[in-house]
Amino acid sequence: MAAEEGEVRLIGAWPSPFVLRPRVALNLKWVEYEFLQEKFGEKSELLLRSNPVYKKIPVLLHHDKPVCESMIIVEYVDGAWANSGHAILPADTYERALHRFWAFYIDDKWFPSMFGIAKAETEEAKAESAEQAWAGLKLLEEAFEKLSKGKAFFGGDTIGYVDIALGSYLGWAKVIERMTGLKLFDEEKTPLLAVWAGRFCAHEAVKEVMPETEKLME
Amino acid sequence: MDQPAFSVKLLGSWADSHTHRVQLALKLKGLEFEYQEEDFINPSPALLLHNPVYKKVPALLHGGRSIVESVVILQYIDETWTDNPIMPADPFERAVTRFWCHFTDDKLAPAVGLVFSSSGEGQKAAVDQVHENLKLLERELKDGAFKGRRFFGGDKIGLLDIVLGCGSYWLAVFEEVMEVKLIDPESFPVFHAWLRDFEEQQEVKETIPAIDRLLEYARGIRQMMLSLSNSSSSSINNAAASSG
Repeated sequence: MAAEEGEVRLIGAWPSPFVLRPRVALNLKWVEYEFLQEKFGEKSELLLRSNPVYKKIPVLLHHDKPVCESMIIVEYVDGAWANSGHAILPADTYERALHRFWAFYIDDKWFPSMFGIAKAETEEAKAESAEQAWAGLKLLEEAFEKLSKGKAFFGGDTIGYVDIALGSYLGWAKVIERMTGLKLFDEEKTPLLAVWAGRFCAHEAVKEVMPETEKLME
Repeated sequence: MDQPAFSVKLLGSWADSHTHRVQLALKLKGLEFEYQEEDFINPSPALLLHNPVYKKVPALLHGGRSIVESVVILQYIDETWTDNPIMPADPFERAVTRFWCHFTDDKLAPAVGLVFSSSGEGQKAAVDQVHENLKLLERELKDGAFKGRRFFGGDKIGLLDIVLGCGSYWLAVFEEVMEVKLIDPESFPVFHAWLRDFEEQQEVKETIPAIDRLLEYARGIRQMMLSLSNSSSSSINNAAASSG
């Protein structure tokens, strides 16, 4: 759906997994938007004005009204363009609760363990973070089995809320895998997620906006 | 008002603000529920079963399903029993509500917790942090997203009132136990007035424990924390002395 000039703008930066989330959501809803790339190391006036509390990207501006926090933006996009594309959150209230819970878990516990692998200064610390990350993925593998009901995504046939929450980290996960030689989305440990990861990255709503591993490594 | 087709059970702890959030929401919706008290330190087998990831209260059990994380539970309640909505209908308003809920749990609550668990310079920094956070909320109430409203939810208590309100009583408790000024009515007049109004609501009075119990509880925990840090520093001294 073509937006009017200036109607939908997204303040962000191409490497950020958090920025990727609203981009995928907007793509799923066929919403045209202007992408305002922040300069590296600098925060624009518009960003500071639009997100005075956190001063962080992403910020969605819809008719100049700011929406902040990546997964809140995703849910906003789902509601504001409810009649376009596919629903990002399921209709069933229990499944919605499960999607919201796992998205919370991913940011609260899983991402820090994945990031911990990159930050680790000793082999032991790295191994410990990796164990935590794999343990988390095992939980997410079970969640995938339950939520996907044999279909391609956490959202079923189409990309859903948890797909976006977890999938947005795949670019950085690949960088960490290259840097450390560790396989995060391992076919043996979490077979369903290993397949899902490739499928998510190849999806037409994702592939144009998922940062390339080589570019991230620079 | 429809009662749930399946029974609703809440696993909670009496002094836990996240438990209060769920209790208040259920009350506001007029829903009957069974309550099971959980020991913070020793989670029951039921709690471990229903919240294997975090092993914490609250956990809502409904028709064989378990829902955990208080803000997730509140939205589940609101979306499953649609009378007396606690979330606004408009997507932008919903995003604003969710943002400030996130702010409450991400910034305000940890700062308040730090006031309680620290002392000296660390505590002073935590108190300043609480003030900074309250300033942001005061501004939104006075001139921003919630200007002119009685409650964050409008004329009636909404989800953000529940999230902020169930927890804000610790401000007064910690003020007394820690002897610090957290929620000065002159610095935060609108927030202060909102909190008083919130705490006067019937359902809220039925949910939040009496302040005496909260004071006693807080004093007990503070004592325990202080004595633990005293004993650990003295054992360090002893160890240093014996190896020196």
